[in-house]
Amino acid sequence: MMRVDRSSLPVLGPDPQLRFPTIEKSSLSNGLRIWTIEHRDVPVVVFVLLLPVGAAADPDDRPGLAAITGDLLDEGCGNRSALEIHDALARLGAQMETEVGSDASVVTMSVLSRNMGRGLGLLAEMVREPRFEQKEFDRVRDLRLNRLLQLRDLAPAVADRAFTHLLYRNHPYGHLAIGTEGSLRGMMLREVHQHYRRAYRPERVTVIAVGDATHDALKQAVARGFESWKPAAGGNGTPLVDAGEIDPPRGALERLAVVHRAGAAQSELRIGQVAAARQTPDYHALLVLNMVLGGQFISRVNMNLREEKGYTYGARTAFDFRRGRGPFLLQVGVQTEVTADALREALAELAAIRGDRPVTDAELTTARAALTRGYPRNFETADQIARAAAQLALYGLPDNYFSEFAPKVTAVDRDEVTRVAQAYLDPPRMLTVVVGDRDRITAPLSALNLGDSSEVAMA
Amino acid sequence: MHIPFVTEKLANGLDVIVHEDHGCPIVAVNLWYHVGSKNERPGRTGFAHLFEHLMFEGSQHYDRGYFHPLQEAGASLNGSTNADRTNYWEVVPSNGVELALWMESDRMGYLLPALTEQKFVNQRDVVLNERRQNYENRPYGLATMALVAAMYPPDHPYHWLTIGGAEDLKATGLEEVRAFFQTYYHPRNASLSIAGDIDTRRALELARDYFEEIPAGPAPLPVVPPRAEVTSEQRLLLEDRVELPRIYMSWHAPALFEKGDAELDLVAEILAGGKTSRLYRALVYETRVATEIAASQNSRELSSFFQVVATAAPGRMLPEVERIIRGEIERFIAHGPEPAELERALAQAEAHFVQRLQTVGGFGGKSDQLNAYNTFLGGPDYFAQDLQRYRDATADDIREAAATHLATSRRVMLSVVPRGRLALAMPNSKPVSVS
Repeated sequence: MMRVDRSSLPVLGPDPQLRFPTIEKSSLSNGLRIWTIEHRDVPVVVFVLLLPVGAAADPDDRPGLAAITGDLLDEGCGNRSALEIHDALARLGAQMETEVGSDASVVTMSVLSRNMGRGLGLLAEMVREPRFEQKEFDRVRDLRLNRLLQLRDLAPAVADRAFTHLLYRNHPYGHLAIGTEGSLRGMMLREVHQHYRRAYRPERVTVIAVGDATHDALKQAVARGFESWKPAAGGNGTPLVDAGEIDPPRGALERLAVVHRAGAAQSELRIGQVAAARQTPDYHALLVLNMVLGGQFISRVNMNLREEKGYTYGARTAFDFRRGRGPFLLQVGVQTEVTADALREALAELAAIRGDRPVTDAELTTARAALTRGYPRNFETADQIARAAAQLALYGLPDNYFSEFAPKVTAVDRDEVTRVAQAYLDPPRMLTVVVGDRDRITAPLSALNLGDSSEVAMA
Repeated sequence: MHIPFVTEKLANGLDVIVHEDHGCPIVAVNLWYHVGSKNERPGRTGFAHLFEHLMFEGSQHYDRGYFHPLQEAGASLNGSTNADRTNYWEVVPSNGVELALWMESDRMGYLLPALTEQKFVNQRDVVLNERRQNYENRPYGLATMALVAAMYPPDHPYHWLTIGGAEDLKATGLEEVRAFFQTYYHPRNASLSIAGDIDTRRALELARDYFEEIPAGPAPLPVVPPRAEVTSEQRLLLEDRVELPRIYMSWHAPALFEKGDAELDLVAEILAGGKTSRLYRALVYETRVATEIAASQNSRELSSFFQVVATAAPGRMLPEVERIIRGEIERFIAHGPEPAELERALAQAEAHFVQRLQTVGGFGGKSDQLNAYNTFLGGPDYFAQDLQRYRDATADDIREAAATHLATSRRVMLSVVPRGRLALAMPNSKPVSVS
């Protein structure tokens, strides 16, 4: 006996309003910006230190320099050795992590709120007074080299590396943050010092503090740690590379590249092209397009390749928005024997959404709803809120950005999705990288007429 | 640490737990079935996990896929299966809670009428792809499979991993899968928690409305595992597509929440948590013979296993790595932790505990944690005691847990070496093959 009506799904009530908390902004006399946000649910404070200098600022011949510099911050500072730093972090119940992406270096610390002041003090010491000792540099570099060695066996990592390099070539986005073996081997400690002096300057930095304390207490903690930070002398020499100001290549040199992996159980595919920057006015339309295409489970690409064909465990697409024009990317790992079929289907989906099979009203409704209705859950924890605020700081977005998000997505219509699909997706010019067993995939791939596949040797 | 909640057992045996938290306008719906790969039998493995997939393929009253209406409502959703339990969850904006309960209850009560041969075959293929991607095609991906196969006898339910055997999956038929569902996926074997921006009374009403109509199933028989022990050291070796040899050491350990479980968690933290830990210092920082090191107490319902994993640095040999690990463990067993180590380990344990409770939903959020306690301990009210287990552990308790469980003679040791380079393994290791 049914107690409820199962003949139709429940109708949703009105959407709850997103309540993004207030950001209070201030700055220190050395130019460092402080953003504070109160979030009192759990006795935790999160600090995010944002330096808008990432791997794209690596010198041409030194991929990996920004990342290793970031990595060395917690390997000795002030009068503490690396082990003393980690002893102090552990006693505070603090977790710290440094992430170096294309556009930024971000240090995040999460600490029990009762230890907030001491945690921030330690964070400030690491950023202001890193020791950069030779023996720690040698050790960390070795770990990086070993990591690179191990990544050779990880098909998704090999695919990402080859794709990035073939698509952007010598552009600042043409290498991964971790760098290359050759670059790391040749790197000298003085280059780290030099990079630090040029990049780590208070006037570039924003510290975002979110958690279980008042604005004032958060602000005081940050100020105490950073107010006496003076930029290193002689750091104003050569300006840093800004990827946003350098045009990426118009297209890849080849359409199909294969990295051989004998006996692979799967082929790892990357298909894509250079697309849009974060600041594009088409941002919201591109998000909607991506949701329909490959940005969620029920997207076209995943439903086709996983649910209908059973080729894969999952397929997805993404626009990787950055300060400069980031890539659009479809990624999927498929059974070896269906490599060419999967590639054909994927390219067909990319082409169809441009006009043969444009986005439908139903798809549009779902995509817009998924983006807007799900939005509040991105702002539940102190960590999520801090990272969201860091996006505002990195891309120069306005404080009301989060409250304007839903109306802007809701305003995207079908024509606009088709327009941006035509403007940004160009399947005949897309680059495809396949990491798989050459002997079993070459013949079927050549039947797709994507031109001769170049074979890539991954060093 | 106190997480307020209300519970109610429905007439059909379903436990309902509600926790109100109005911090963010979202609600977590979280459902645990007390079934995992431990409820499978040899030759027919991978069912519970395969079910996790089939549960997303649609049910009688909404047979067009599980994701569509929920994603349109702004939900995030997922599920996972391990040896002991299966969980499913949605995090919805607060106006979507009824929809999530509609969907969860429909697949609990009305899945089988919608389960076709075609869905079954398709999802079996997807699972085989998952297996290729995460195990066969991933460096060191088959190591744990080889280890548990050696630690547990073939008729022990921890002898296989949740992903199951590829041959088993291929041999499985739809009817067997249906029978498995009828045995385990019903109210009496489940626990529902609802946490977040919702009024408690309304949450309970909705739970009754949607779930009480589903008949209680049979009480599943308890799993009585055969004895599993290691009485003399075992050495195994596996060839894989890897650059660097890696060593795994594994020991049987007390089950989840048993005496010794929290203590071994702290042992793992002291041995290999962070850069100040003994093994990181000795292997990665000082001698640099290894590139990475990890230790963990893998807590499970029937019994746990403790594991240490280290990857040799280029040019370094596993026996050298093993000697240092063995030496550090022996020293720990002899002298126990230093006060500073204990202090760090406790601070970290407390921090991890608090971190897990920052969200209402998802894997490890409050709703998931309430259901975990309820499923394994028979009641959700265990937050304070859980943390207290760690605070109560004395240096002596911790030393003794290590001494009792981490003897060299009781370990299973696996070397994973690059293909064709068997000489890189620990001496006297026996080759194993896994597929």
